Amino acid sequence: MSEKDHKVSRRQFLNYSLTGVGGFMAAGITLPLVRFALDPALKVGEDTEMVAVAQVNELTNEPKRFDFKVNQVDAWYESEVSRSAWIYEEEGEIIALSPVCTHLGCTVDWDTSDDQPNRFFCPCHYGAFEKDGTNVDRTPPTQPLFLYDHEVRNGTVYLGRPRPQV
Amino acid sequence: MLNKLYNWVDERLDITPMWRDIADHEVPEHVNPAHHFSAFVYCFGGLTFFITVIQILSGMFLTMYYVPDIINAYQSVYYLQNEVTFGVIVRGMHHWGASLVIVMMFLHTLRVFFTGSYKKPRELNWVVGVLIFFVMLGLGFTGYLLPWDMKAYFATVVGLQIAEAAPIIGPFAKTLLAGGEIIGAQTLTRFFAIHVFFLPGALLGLLGAHFVMIRKQGISGPL
Repeated sequence: MSEKDHKVSRRQFLNYSLTGVGGFMAAGITLPLVRFALDPALKVGEDTEMVAVAQVNELTNEPKRFDFKVNQVDAWYESEVSRSAWIYEEEGEIIALSPVCTHLGCTVDWDTSDDQPNRFFCPCHYGAFEKDGTNVDRTPPTQPLFLYDHEVRNGTVYLGRPRPQV
Repeated sequence: MLNKLYNWVDERLDITPMWRDIADHEVPEHVNPAHHFSAFVYCFGGLTFFITVIQILSGMFLTMYYVPDIINAYQSVYYLQNEVTFGVIVRGMHHWGASLVIVMMFLHTLRVFFTGSYKKPRELNWVVGVLIFFVMLGLGFTGYLLPWDMKAYFATVVGLQIAEAAPIIGPFAKTLLAGGEIIGAQTLTRFFAIHVFFLPGALLGLLGAHFVMIRKQGISGPL
């Protein structure tokens, strides 16, 4: 049989095998490295535990700021970090909003701008949110303030993780 | 597709001759294991380089998690090994590769010695090879401290005592290496800097010289 009768020539076969073996070795080196580097992006977030933040009888119809501490595990560094929530009660329902502006992450305050009365206001780019967190049209934010998971036990409000309202 | 891309670049930059210079060269029969199996001893230099490449790659990735600080170093190593997916593998590559590169380099040195390849006109390449050897030992010595555990710490204590035992310059060399009287915070940052910047820089330069010389002079003849 001559070379022409084969679909794959000797040279091609060698090329394929060498590229294959080489590729296998390169992949063996590269894959662990890449997965190692990608790890933070692929880690599944753990459930945060609920933290006692306020007493129900402290709450009014007006949003009030409550500061609290949560345990944060940052890889090998564990610490207590401060968080805040704007909490109010309306028609027997408790609303706890995150103060993190949904535009670029600055911190909003309640009713501090004369132009935006009774709204949450962010001083960085003049973003504004209604009392229920809805972003005001024609201000930079594109979605409402995040809403904390909450539960009430024995008259105490516990907060969990802030989640998007939409 | 790849061919097209290659042609596109080649048309503009004429890279084919460069590629020829680097990779396309004769492999004499006496160094080809396909002809004489015993010629595998000529592979040790290439294997040393191969492992060096793995060391550089795995080391680069390890620095994504490692902190050269006495409070956090051990914790960060513990974290990257036990909490990060494939951390054991990546640190394992660096750990075992460190030993293997010394072994391969030693075997390569033996081959060069017993084939007499260091003789004229290749004396300079031998000298550069010995410098590479020292740089590699330096990399091993400085890298050993970085996990900042008991073994690392006391290995460095002993290593620095050895440096101190040198006549005249001993105490100065020790203080310079340790970055002060205490083997601690400054020693760790110093060793880290030496391990990831200074020595690898020197190593790449020396390897470049090593390879340019071997291409220029060719592989030594058969025994």
